Formats: sequence, C-alpha cells, structure tokens
Amino acid sequence: MNVSMTVNNTSYERDVEPRTLLVDFLRDDLGLTGTNIGCDTSQCGACTVHIDGAAVKSCTVLAAQADGASITTIEGLSINGELHPMQRAFTEKHGLQCGFCTPGMIMTAVKLVESYPEPTEEQIRHGLEGNLCRCTGYQNIVQAVDEGARLTEAHSPFESTPAEHQITLREAERRAWERSRT
Amino acid sequence: MTTTTERAFGASVARKEDARFITGQGRFTDNLTQPGMVHMAVVRSPLAHARIKGIDTSAATEMPGVVGVFTGQEMADAGFGGIPCAWVVPDSDTVTPPHPPIAIDTVRYVGDAVAMVVADTDANARDAAYAVDVDYDVLPVVVDVRKAMDPDAPQLHEEAPNNQCFHWVVDGGDVEAAFASADVVVKETITNQRLIPNAMEARVALARWDDAMGELTLWVTSQNPHIVRFLLSLDTPVPEHKIRVIAPDVGGGFGSKLAHYPEDTMVIFASQQVGRPVKWAETRSENYLATTHGRDHIAEVEMAATKEGKILGLRAKTWASMGAYLSTASTGIATILHGLILSGSYDIGAIHEDVYGTFTNTTPTDAYRGAGRPEAIFMVERMVDLVARELDMDPVEVRRRNLIEPFDDGHEVATGLVYDSGNYVGALDKALDMFGYEDARKAQAKAREEGRLVGIGVVTYTEICGLGPSEVAGAVGFGGGLWDSAIVRFHPTGKVTLLVGVSPHGQGEETTFAQIISDQLGVSVEDVDVVYGDTAKTPMGWGTYGSRTTAVGSGAIMGAVSQIKDKGVKIAAHMLEAAEEDIEFSDGVFSVKGSRADGKTIQDIALAANTAWDLPEGVDPGLEASSFFNPGNFVYPFGTHIAQMEVDPETGEIDFQRYVAVDDCGPVINPMIVEGQVQGGVAQGAAQALWEGAVYDDDGNLVTGSMMSYAIPKAEFLPNFELGKTETPTNVNPLGVKGVGETGTIASTPTVYNAVMDALAPLGVQQVDMPLTPERVWTAIQEAQKGGQ
Ligand code: FES
Ligand code: FES
Repeated sequence: MNVSMTVNNTSYERDVEPRTLLVDFLRDDLGLTGTNIGCDTSQCGACTVHIDGAAVKSCTVLAAQADGASITTIEGLSINGELHPMQRAFTEKHGLQCGFCTPGMIMTAVKLVESYPEPTEEQIRHGLEGNLCRCTGYQNIVQAVDEGARLTEAHSPFESTPAEHQITLREAERRAWERSRT
Repeated sequence: MTTTTERAFGASVARKEDARFITGQGRFTDNLTQPGMVHMAVVRSPLAHARIKGIDTSAATEMPGVVGVFTGQEMADAGFGGIPCAWVVPDSDTVTPPHPPIAIDTVRYVGDAVAMVVADTDANARDAAYAVDVDYDVLPVVVDVRKAMDPDAPQLHEEAPNNQCFHWVVDGGDVEAAFASADVVVKETITNQRLIPNAMEARVALARWDDAMGELTLWVTSQNPHIVRFLLSLDTPVPEHKIRVIAPDVGGGFGSKLAHYPEDTMVIFASQQVGRPVKWAETRSENYLATTHGRDHIAEVEMAATKEGKILGLRAKTWASMGAYLSTASTGIATILHGLILSGSYDIGAIHEDVYGTFTNTTPTDAYRGAGRPEAIFMVERMVDLVARELDMDPVEVRRRNLIEPFDDGHEVATGLVYDSGNYVGALDKALDMFGYEDARKAQAKAREEGRLVGIGVVTYTEICGLGPSEVAGAVGFGGGLWDSAIVRFHPTGKVTLLVGVSPHGQGEETTFAQIISDQLGVSVEDVDVVYGDTAKTPMGWGTYGSRTTAVGSGAIMGAVSQIKDKGVKIAAHMLEAAEEDIEFSDGVFSVKGSRADGKTIQDIALAANTAWDLPEGVDPGLEASSFFNPGNFVYPFGTHIAQMEVDPETGEIDFQRYVAVDDCGPVINPMIVEGQVQGGVAQGAAQALWEGAVYDDDGNLVTGSMMSYAIPKAEFLPNFELGKTETPTNVNPLGVKGVGETGTIASTPTVYNAVMDALAPLGVQQVDMPLTPERVWTAIQEAQKGGQ
C-alpha cells in the first residue's frame, strides 16, 4: 500500500506492506537508522519519535497509521546543524554511555520538558517511565533532562510546540488510527 | 575545552563519542547493510529437552523470498564444527560436551537452534521459519542447578554423568582447625539467582563471504572481536588471516557480548551457501532465550569467628549452573573469578570452597557484570553481617576488626592471591562520614521505636579485575592471553591516531585514552582519534571485559608513549643542535633545558619525522610506536557502600532511601566517566537484590521471557546515588589505575540486601530470597510475626 508522510521536513511517498511498522519504515525504507529498536513488546522506548508533536514509540504504530503525519526523528532534531539544547544537555551531563537508548531518551525528554518546563526530579523520573537504559542507572539522564529544560527555556529557536497544538500520546495515536481508516 | 595547558588527566572532559549518538548517527551493527544482503531467521526449539526425529523444510523453502533453509547436519558437512569453550579450568575434571551451532539430534534448552532460514527480507525469513516443521520426542527436563546432580535427574550429555561439568576446589589455611576453635559459626544458604543481561541493543551478526578471495568479513555485536576471530578460525573452515571481524558501535554488553555465539558461524555458513551477505538481527524475545544469562549460583556457606568478632574461616559448598552447553568463558566464572576472591577485604586465615558446575536445560550462562565476583562478595559480606548479628555487634565494627591494614605493594590472602594495594579503612571512614553513619543509626533506633522498619546496610568490598597476567591466564586454563596492545601513530600535521586491541562499548575510552595521550604527549584531546573494534585495523588484543580496558590497555598506551618520547628527543636534539641528554620534554615541547621558548613542539617533530628530510643518523622515518603490555598482576579496586532502605510492614514494599558509594580505582582519568560507571553498576547490582530474576518452570520454559515479565529498573525505581572516592594507586601499570566497570554491581547487591535484612532484623528475619519482591518480603514478615506469637 501507498503511504506518504513528512519526516524531518522532507515529504516521502513509499509503497509498503500493510504490516510494516513505522520504526521499520523509518529505518529500512527511509534509511533513518538513528531510531533504534530495543525490544518487541513496546517496553524500551528506544524507538521514540515525534508524531504530530507527540512522543510516540514508533514500534507501536504501523507506517500506514502514520500516513499523512508529520514526524520528527532524532536526525531531524537539530536545526541548521545546531544541536537541540536537549542533545547538548545529554553530552554535558554524561547522560549516555553506549548510546543505544539515547535517541529515544532525547525524543521523550524534549516532549517531557514541554509539559513540565521546570520539571522536578520526580516528574523527570516519572516522565521517563517508558524509556529503559541499561548503562547509566538514569542519574545523569535525569540531570541531563533537567539541564535540557533549563537550556530549552533560554533558547528561542527551539520553542515548544504552542500549547494549542500540543496533544497527548493517546490523542496522537487516536488520530493516527482514524487516519489509517479513512 | 581542554587545551594543552590544562592537564587532561583527571578532568571531566565531555565524551568524544557522544556526537554521533545524540544525533542518531551511531554505527550499530543493525544499521549496516551490504549490497545484495539477505536476512537469516533462526528456527528455535520450543522444548527444553527433546530428541529431533525429523526436520521438514519443504514448506519453508517454497515461501516467498526464501533463498535457503539449512540444518545443523548441513553445517557439519560443510566443515563447520562445534562452538568451543575457551576456558577449561585445570584440576576440576571439566567436561566439555559437543556444542553444535545448530542442534543435530537433540535440543537441550528452549531457544536451542534447530534450523535457519535465509530470505530477502527479515519478515519473510521469520515467516518461513514458522513453516519449518520439526518433529520432536520429548525428554525429561531439569532446570534447577542443585537438582541436576540428583541420582535420578534427567541427563543432558552422555559425556557428563550426573550432569556434572566440573568439581573445583579452592583451599587455603587450616579450615578444620579454624572452625574447631571458633566461638561462633554462622550458616546460610545463599542464592545468587539467574539474571538476564539485557544490553539495550540485542545481538546482530552480518557476514560477507568473498568467494574469489576466500575472505570473510563479520560485523558483530562483540566485546572482543579479536577473540571472535581466533575462535572462528577454529570452528569454521576459514583460516584466521582471511577473517576480518568488526565490532562497530556496540550497544552495551555487560558480559553478554563476550561469548562467541552459534549465530556468528551460522551467518558465515549461510553467506557461503547463498553467495550473498547475510544478516541476522536478534529480536528481544530471542535475546532472552539465546543470549547468555548470568549467575544461577547456590552456596551453602559457613563462617567461623571468635566472640570478639575476629573471622577465622569461611567454608562453602556451591553449585553453579552452566546452562545446557558451555559458553566461551562459563567455566572460569564460578571458579577462578569467584573462589579466589572469597577473602574479600579481610584477613581470613582459612578458606575452603567446593564448587560444582552443573548442566541444566536452560540457556547457557556466561559473564554478567562482575562475573563470579558478585557471588563471592555477596557471600562474604552477608556472612560478616550474620556474625555481627550473632554477636550483637555493629556490622561496621566487625568489619573494622577484620579489614586488611593499608598496604601499597602486595598483600597475600589465604586463597593464594596477592592483592596489589589497598586502604580499606580509608574508604570505610570516608563513606561513614558521607553517610553520617552515627546519626543515621540514632535515627534508625528512633524509627524502630515508632514501629518503622528502617535498615542500613554496609559493605566493604574488594574485587579482582584488570584481567590479567597472561601466565596466570594460562595456568588457570583460559585459552588465550590477557595482555593488550596499542599503536600510537603521529600524522605529518601532528594529529594522532591511537589504535588499541581492547574494544570498549559505552565505557568511554574513546575519550579517556585520548586524555592519556593528551596528558603524556601534549596534543589536545580533539587531535587524538581512538580506533578499536576492527581486527583489520587494530593490533591483536583481548577485548573489553573484567574491567581490564583501562587497567591493561593504558599499560600498552604508556609503552608506546615512551617510545614516541624517546624518538622525539633524538629528533629534537638533532634539530636544536644539542645533546640528547640536554633535551627535556614537557607539555608537548622538546627543548634544551632552560630555553623552552626555542623548543620544538611535538607537531614539529611529527612533521620532521614524517617528511624525513633531515633526520639524525640511525633514526628511521615516521613517528609511530607499537607496544604490548602484559600486566604483572591483576588490579584490586575496593571501597565501601552504604544504603538505607525502609520496608512497609503492611505491603512488604521497599523504599530505596539513600545510597552512598566510595570507590577506589586508583588515579581517576575522567571523574565524570568513572561516576557514570559506578552509577550504572550500582543500579544493576541493586536490581539483582530488589527486582530482577529469571524464572524457569519445571518444563524448562522461561517464564520471565520478555521486558514485560523481567523487571529491568526504570528511572522511577532508583534514587540519586551519593558518590565519593579515594585514590590508591596500583604498581601493576604505569598510570597506577584500576578498573571501575564492575565495582558498583559487585558492591551494591549485598549492600542493598544487608540494608533490607537490617530493616527486618527486629522481626527476626534474616533470609529472604532475591529478588526482594514485596510479596516475598511481606510473606517473610507474616511468617515471622506468626512465629513470634
Ligand atoms: S522498540 Fe522497544 S518500545 Fe519500541
Ligand atoms: S546508554 Fe546504553 S542503554 Fe542507555
């Protein structure tokens, strides 16, 4: 079947098997291998991307469900070669070791600080509930998200999605599902 | 920014490797493709023990996209042998039964490979794998490490009667006398449950066979590509010099990517058969079954002490599961890496342990972060607490009375090891101070009066790592060396490529090794590129495990550094028209003593050496040095960890309140990276105490076979850890550095466990099996209360 979507500001149209997961579409069809696969039960969050402004595990969505959507992956997070503040914060605070969970962590963290611009430690730890890291023990990831929130605030080109455009993960999934049926 | 004027050694330099990971440019094996590449899926046994009556591949062969379906017999016929075990421990009657990469007549664990399918896409290969029809005759199953040795237990291998893989003994001092003269003897059965490593990247292998040249390239998620190549030369028909093994970015290992796996040879065979590159990418579900597990270790332990709390002896009888077959390093873990460190940080006059390795119908075990040492330190540290409890003494006081006095050049313990250096009391005092131990004990007493179950756990650990002297490796049956290598190559512009034989995968040596070069040779960290993980580029070396990368790798780097300096002095003397003895080198400048301003920078020297227009007589062109370092001993990092936990008596839930860790790994190259290693290690060790554990049912099904049923800690589970350090250098390597990759894991399991048991002490509870789930803790509380009434 035919799907088209905008990924990192580029529009793509591809013919895919109906069962193709979005994460496989991104990796195999578009060659965007920054989004990793860490599990097959939707637990690890390594595959997290932004779909229409919400952080979503791309292994839980069919490519077909994302038809017409606007998607950002880790490759599209920096603007004109300038790192997103959250990317900088992860390296400054040593929030990564092997780096495998990192793209998903960063994509989740970017949305987390949109919801909580000045997050408490508890909010950060809770907000990372869907992302597993086996290397860091999370301590520096928590610090990085905190630092990322601070840097994001101070940095205008990376303004948050305006409040009226913000939707919940559930809403994004619902919309994607609706779209896939029409 | 680190410049040549600011010392790079000891600075928290941001990691060079991060740039690719934070932007999604990580070079993980599954991100790689090759022209014409096809995909392999593995047909795995759903049964834990069965005879294979027949394999019908006809339907699978007809499926869309399939280019080949192969069995174990076909691999054997093509000259592919069994997967070797690389560690046969001497004086232990070790049995190494055959381990075909694909089972030929018998399957021995759920997940054992029975066939492989190669197809144009991963999805088509997996679909066709389901269509392979295998006819089995079910055999009886044993999964329990101790029951495996029962007289009527089902037998896994003809070669191993009673499922016994080995019986190994460590013995030092007069144990009988120690126990006979003791005032108190405490006993406990200690289970270090089976754990599943769960590196976030599962395993991947991609083979490209070049038929015309007889050359093989294997990209694989490995911690030690040179070892994989060495072993491939033994179990495939390809000679070693025609094999190139590349470990690109590897997404965590923790020991689970140390082994040479069956799938490594399966993709190679498949590539030869279909004439195209073949990739296999493990799913997470497969990873739970097919990637090695850790621990699965039960010990009956006794400790003897005087009434003053002086420990006299330790005695144990231990069973360690090898799983269904021997993985690469499995037999060394429950023996050499375990029994020899049973003295911990203490002077224990007499130690005896019998270890039985057994085969069970489970996934093979191998290294998992700490590998043998966590089991040992848990045993020692738990028993010390039981002595304290028996004598009604503070556990810190008992430790103080037994800790080895500070030493800086060797201390022999009863097991025969000679520890390198240590100041155990120093680390203990620092940790007590950071924790506010006295006050915490007072607060605990008050909480207990209110009926609250607050506990404090203390562990003073020592471990053995930095593997290790190659002579010792040979003497203890390890089938390889444990030295390592480095090449320092200066390019004409003064930029440096450092090639190393170790193979880090998250530990940050791309940065810390550059810091060493920067510190020693005065080039900036940015000007040093560290290359590893490719047998065609890097010199032979033994990889990354056993916290050896920096402890051994830096020794090789320092060897090369000193050659570079020596050559630099010769060239500089010639350029400055001075005598060699008058040249000094500091901060990247060779100069005549006292006239630094007129000196030559190392970049000047690199250009002169590489152009070779005017070199002194007898000096060859180029500025490159190669070095091999075979350490004279292991290194022994140590420290004190303290935790505070509170148990909810109503629910059995545990509140993880505080964790202080003081570790000593010698001089710290990059504090930020060392702290990261400790944090990650503590989280993994605490997880063993509180959450993780692999469970098999009696039929050998892995009940905890996914991230839904196996509790990997999330951010919410953990507090912030408070870290401190002391720095006691070792004499084993030129920089005095020790390893830090496993200390956190080794120390934290008993620290957390001791804290929870301390919380439950007023109820008389002294033992609950790990993981300490609310249900288990609640049940223990209920039983204690019933018993108390
Ligand atoms: S790959 Fe694990 S949640 Fe998507
Ligand atoms: S950095 Fe390795 S899994 Fe998070």
